[in-house]
Amino acid sequence: MTNWIDIAALVDIPVQGARLIRARTGCVALFRTHDDRVFALDDRCPHKGGPLSEGIVAGHTVACPLHAWVFDLNTGRAQGADAGTVATYPARIENGRVLVGSAIINRRPAPVPAG
Amino acid sequence: MEKLVVIGAGMASGRMLEHLTEAGAPYQITLFNAEPRGNYNRIMLSPVLSGEKTYEEIVTHDDAWYAKRGITTRFGEHVVGIDRARKVVVGQRGEVAYDRLVIATGSAPFMIPVAGRDLPGVVAYRDLDDTNTMIAAARPGAEAVVIGGGLLGLEAAAGLQMRGMKVTVIHLMGHLMERQLDASAGHLLQKTLEARGITVHCKGATKAILGEKRAEAVLLEDGTVYGADLVVMAVGIRPETRLANDAGIEVERGITVDDRMLTSDPAIFALGECVEHRGQLFGLVAPLYDQAKVLAATLMGADAAFQPVQTATKLKVTGCDLFSAGDFAEGPGREDIVFRDPGRGLYKRLVLEGDRLVGAVMYGDTADGNWFFGLIKDRTDISEMRETLIFGPAFQGGATVDPMAAVAALPPDAEICGCNGVCKGRIMEAVAGGADTLDKIRATTKASNSCGTCTGLVQQVMALTLGEAPAEAPAGMCGCTDLSHEDVRRLIKSRGLKSMPAVMQECGWTTPDGCAKCRPALNYYLLSDWPLDYRDDRQARFVNERNHANIQKDGSYSVVPRMWGGVTTPAELRAIADAAEKYDVPMVKVTGGQRIDLLGVRKEDLPAIWADLNAAGMVSGHAYSKGLRTVKTCVGKEFCRFGTQDSTGLGVRLEKLMWGSWTPHKVKLGVSGCPRNCAEATCKDIGVVCVDSGFQISVAGAAGMEVRETELLATVATEDEAVELIAAFTQAYRENARYLDRAYKWVAKVGLDWVKAQVVDDLENRRALSDRFDLSQSVYRKDPWAEHAKPGARDEFAPLADMQLEAAE
Repeated sequence: MTNWIDIAALVDIPVQGARLIRARTGCVALFRTHDDRVFALDDRCPHKGGPLSEGIVAGHTVACPLHAWVFDLNTGRAQGADAGTVATYPARIENGRVLVGSAIINRRPAPVPAG
Repeated sequence: MEKLVVIGAGMASGRMLEHLTEAGAPYQITLFNAEPRGNYNRIMLSPVLSGEKTYEEIVTHDDAWYAKRGITTRFGEHVVGIDRARKVVVGQRGEVAYDRLVIATGSAPFMIPVAGRDLPGVVAYRDLDDTNTMIAAARPGAEAVVIGGGLLGLEAAAGLQMRGMKVTVIHLMGHLMERQLDASAGHLLQKTLEARGITVHCKGATKAILGEKRAEAVLLEDGTVYGADLVVMAVGIRPETRLANDAGIEVERGITVDDRMLTSDPAIFALGECVEHRGQLFGLVAPLYDQAKVLAATLMGADAAFQPVQTATKLKVTGCDLFSAGDFAEGPGREDIVFRDPGRGLYKRLVLEGDRLVGAVMYGDTADGNWFFGLIKDRTDISEMRETLIFGPAFQGGATVDPMAAVAALPPDAEICGCNGVCKGRIMEAVAGGADTLDKIRATTKASNSCGTCTGLVQQVMALTLGEAPAEAPAGMCGCTDLSHEDVRRLIKSRGLKSMPAVMQECGWTTPDGCAKCRPALNYYLLSDWPLDYRDDRQARFVNERNHANIQKDGSYSVVPRMWGGVTTPAELRAIADAAEKYDVPMVKVTGGQRIDLLGVRKEDLPAIWADLNAAGMVSGHAYSKGLRTVKTCVGKEFCRFGTQDSTGLGVRLEKLMWGSWTPHKVKLGVSGCPRNCAEATCKDIGVVCVDSGFQISVAGAAGMEVRETELLATVATEDEAVELIAAFTQAYRENARYLDRAYKWVAKVGLDWVKAQVVDDLENRRALSDRFDLSQSVYRKDPWAEHAKPGARDEFAPLADMQLEAAE
């Protein structure tokens, strides 16, 4: 069972953009896509550690700002030839508020496949 | 039958005799030679010296050859004089009368006039006797010094070394074979020789040859001493003209001949290394053979004229693969194409003049040398194949060569894409796995995905694997559309599309909201075409432009305030210093664009540091933007004794006019106060060089991945005109270029003439462009830092939530 934490109002995240949640073991990026859905992923590209929250959000993907690896926000998996996965966390919208699963508080460093 | 006497049985006269006797020319021929033998292939003395060939193998004309043609030979007999009045040649063993005489005395080695040059053990390298002397001296372990690092000297050095001697080459010039090679190829040659155990001493001037009874050592001007059991002088040759001189025939450096090879005496001809034709001397065999042909024709009463041709050189030293042809000196209007592979010791340099190849130097792989030589000789127009010229004939089109051959020959582990480290084998695997378009290859392998310069090669590997040309890569600007950048720009204007959803809808985008490739481009096109209607979309910008700072690899940012024209004040410097301390800036660095970079600022500190800098009157330097970056200036006439105009003032004025403007790619300006060009204006996107009469405005330079000099756009008399012209050029670039094309790329695509027609010749259009630039600037000439530093706008630079203190459950 997921415990939900109320993080912020949806309007605090720009459409096709992201904001950061600072957690004890690193940052989590909270994305808002063009169709007003939210996704929470580790803010760290498995390639060279780029901050995914600074990438360009298009559809349900984000392109890492450092070397343009593209990740599926649903699965955290890299697209195309690149191999790597970013840890994802539950996130949802309720009454204009963004809720995130409490797993982010105690999260371990994401299980990063070599890549 | 007329009597023909020939003095000298070298390669040139030998070839002439072949032509004459083959044609059955009615002459009674007598041939003198000081050497006790007939014609042999002197070029092949090097292999004889090294032991790879014997003398017998290099004989061209043996006794039987002369006998069969009825040529009387007087070998081993010196000619002591020519009596022109009586028309007789005086040999050591008697006179021979002539109706026509050919002097082919060749050349004599030049012996530098140093002490000890007459000692036994000092030899020249000219004929078989010299060669035999050297072979006799070449005991394994003995030391040899070769003076002269030209063609002949190096062949001697290599030959002696192959016979086991310890060889040192002394060369006066800075690099070996400086007449045939440039410094890079000379360096590679030296490395090869050194690897074989030959010592090379360049810039070495010989002072004396030391020794009592015979040569023992060579002393250089710099005090170096090299032990020498044998000293070979190979510093050069000069025409052997003594006989002609004594006979009173006209001699300059060589015996002067006309185009028919006739000397100043109507009965006497000359050819070979002893002649001078129109001020030129000859040392390589190809033009000598031409002379032989012309002289044979002249002697048979035919019309013929000698015209010197280009010559090519190959060094005949096993293991040293070098080739040089034509003229490879640098000069105005000349361009180089250079290919280097340091790992394999390859160097190729082609020298172009306009559309013609005029020179070629190659080291390490000279297989294509003769093909290049042909292009030089034939003055072939190479503009069509310029891009692949340096790869040789295998890379050119045409029926006789397979354009794929070079790529087919590459091993699977050959790197194709240097940026992403993708080898040929990886691309072939991807093609086999179904990637049949360039886009798919880029997506699966990343090859050609970065700088793009390998795209042609990638396509060739694909074609090779597919067995046919790859499916036409869609011309689209990205995977969201098949429309090209140019198509989309046109539709935005013609259909009045003023928002991103409108463009995507009307142009049939296949994705809901584009991708990371098309969104930044569309955002630029829209704001550039509709400055009053469209609102910049931050979320369509790359991180640096979104955050108005450059992201660093650790996620921190760099902050660069504007310094107009590179001019600052104590107050500004103080504010920068204060900010650096206040925000714990790890590094403060002076940039190449004449300002100061604060590196390592935390994202959440950005609005605050901006506010502090704003308070001191500074604004964003846009060091992160596809827009106006810097205007670099020199101090100009206000301070500089050479300055012709106020270059600093003009730079500041231009920067104040243009700052904040967005452009397809970054734009850098430079303004130099005089042609000494201290602001390096001629490698900028737009450069101004001030002269007494006004301002030279040149464009399309670059100093990044590619380095290019600017091309002159126009020279104008006043500062106002200069400013308007630059604004108009910038606007033309903004309106027409494809996103991410630097100005030089755009100018190369549309042509400088088109640009001139738009902004120089058409004054009305220039004014209109400049007006449109001003209109756009009325919106965009504002400080983004000030906007984001406003109290209400700062939050988005901070985290949305901080969970670090939340209790673990």
